[in-house]
Amino acid sequence: MVAFVRTQDAPVAPPPANMTGAWAAAKQKFFPTPLSSVAGVIIAALVAWVVWTLIDWAVIRAVWSAPDRELCNAEGAGACWPYAFARFHQFIYGFYPVEERWRVNIVFLLGALSLAALLIPSIPRKGLSALFFFVIYPVLTGILFVGGMFGLTYVETTQWGGLMVTLVLSVTSMVASVPLGILLALGRRSTMPIVSLLSTIFIEVVRGVPLVLVLFMAVNMFPLFMPPGVNPDKLLIVIIGMALFAAAYMAEIIRGGLQAIPKGQYEGAQAVGLSYWKMMGLIVMPQVIKIVIPSIVNHFISLFKDTSLVTVVSILDLLGVVQSSFNDAKWASAQTGNTGYFLLAVVYWLFCFGMSRYSQFIERKLATGHKR
Amino acid sequence: MSATEQSAVTLKAVNKWYGQFHVLRDINLNVKKGERIVICGPSGSGKSTMIRCINRLEEHQQGDIVVDGIPLTGNLKNIDEVRREVGMVFQHFNLFPHLTVLENCTLAPIWVRKLPKAEAEAVAMKYLTRVKIPEQALKYPGQLSGGQQQRVAIARALCMNPKIMLFDEPTSALDPEMIKEVLDVMVDLAQGGMTMLCVTHEMAFARQVANRVIFMDQGQIVEENEPNEFFKNPKSPRTKLFLEQILH
Repeated sequence: MVAFVRTQDAPVAPPPANMTGAWAAAKQKFFPTPLSSVAGVIIAALVAWVVWTLIDWAVIRAVWSAPDRELCNAEGAGACWPYAFARFHQFIYGFYPVEERWRVNIVFLLGALSLAALLIPSIPRKGLSALFFFVIYPVLTGILFVGGMFGLTYVETTQWGGLMVTLVLSVTSMVASVPLGILLALGRRSTMPIVSLLSTIFIEVVRGVPLVLVLFMAVNMFPLFMPPGVNPDKLLIVIIGMALFAAAYMAEIIRGGLQAIPKGQYEGAQAVGLSYWKMMGLIVMPQVIKIVIPSIVNHFISLFKDTSLVTVVSILDLLGVVQSSFNDAKWASAQTGNTGYFLLAVVYWLFCFGMSRYSQFIERKLATGHKR
Repeated sequence: MSATEQSAVTLKAVNKWYGQFHVLRDINLNVKKGERIVICGPSGSGKSTMIRCINRLEEHQQGDIVVDGIPLTGNLKNIDEVRREVGMVFQHFNLFPHLTVLENCTLAPIWVRKLPKAEAEAVAMKYLTRVKIPEQALKYPGQLSGGQQQRVAIARALCMNPKIMLFDEPTSALDPEMIKEVLDVMVDLAQGGMTMLCVTHEMAFARQVANRVIFMDQGQIVEENEPNEFFKNPKSPRTKLFLEQILH
């Protein structure tokens, strides 16, 4: 064993030429081995083919203006966009009376503005935005949509439809599911046996039943529990059914987050004198929500798409309205269905992708400084 | 009753069970105001359980516990009142990771004591200065070292202006080079006249500040003496054995 002492520093050298430059980076990423090069080329060709076919159908061969179905029915015609333009308003408002649609527009506009105020972190006064969005806005929406007061014409919910119904269903059940889910999760973990048992039964029963069945039962069986003569609104029952269904799933998401909070957090909160509800609201829930944001958004995305199931109880949401328009004698053509479904896919995807991106943004934002 | 006026904490014939396991057996202890008690004993001897009974993180099944003149029963109002008067420092700090150091310190004063925010922040900065980390006020606990976190935890407890402080092995989770900075804060607190009950194995600290050292084993108080006599002249063979093992 010879002792070693360094007397001169080893030189600091630049990396060798084959490690730098655009070509080296591309080779490392896309063509590291012969096998992966071949696989990469095949996959790229496949993707290119799919994208090209779609563009060819949706843009190049598409019919852009036509008075009726004649051109869309021609041999080799692509997407039938005139049909979508002609039915565009119906897709959004359903059969809401044309002269009253400004009411829906106001609700959409206020919703977009208040949601932006609530969700964009740099906009101040979150408390005020929350008060508006969660308390004032729903009441306002109800008044404007239903009418029958303040000089507004009454519009039956059977006339509602399209994107408007999809948004009412999904936003209401999302917003309602969070507090209900939190209460159910706390209930299930409660030390009071009755509370815990009832919460568990509710969660397990609702989770164990398909949503379609919940909708059928809500619409057909719920009136049995009402006194004769009372005929509750179908859309309202469906909204309540979906909200309760969503709450059961939310409860299990929240419970998962609760289990990740160390016992020390509860003891720390108790030791400084916080009551149960203050401990939950100020210490436990903020940490739980941060942990479960990915699961909550995942649930929201799935809930948003699940609203399309209401077509089975003849409520014409976005999917229902688009589908019902396929039979219009004026526009029924070989490409009408494809065009409608393509449009639906794009609209649903935009909403879901938006939610997904926002959740990633907020996750990154909350992550700073939370490192333990 | 001058006896109760002088008492900060009284435990009378306290018994506690975990299921069949008798974890606290006939505990009798009277802590006078301004007194500093160090509690030691082997792991599982019930020392943590005993001090956790004092602010009702654990429930006792028999006997009486009176804290600052308030009897601890199932009465929730009394429990809240006791917790307002008793500060506690934990082995694992239990700081709130989603709040800054300053927010950790102002949370309870604002929500429990209903102090205005500005006043709570002034109080918090006073105690953060006392534990020598005012410059960390706006950081999150996760950005601090263990020793710094424990000092924040002490400041957080002090912000409620407690009459009694409980320490549950405050230095056991710390790296050796950080123990001193926490003990220095505790010595400073003791010299300020705070009533303190400390579960700790820091015997140098016990010698320096304790009025009494209590040795517990198997859920019982085995020996109780002033520190010099306790370390020099332990009476019970169990105390002797324990001291031999921890003092080399």
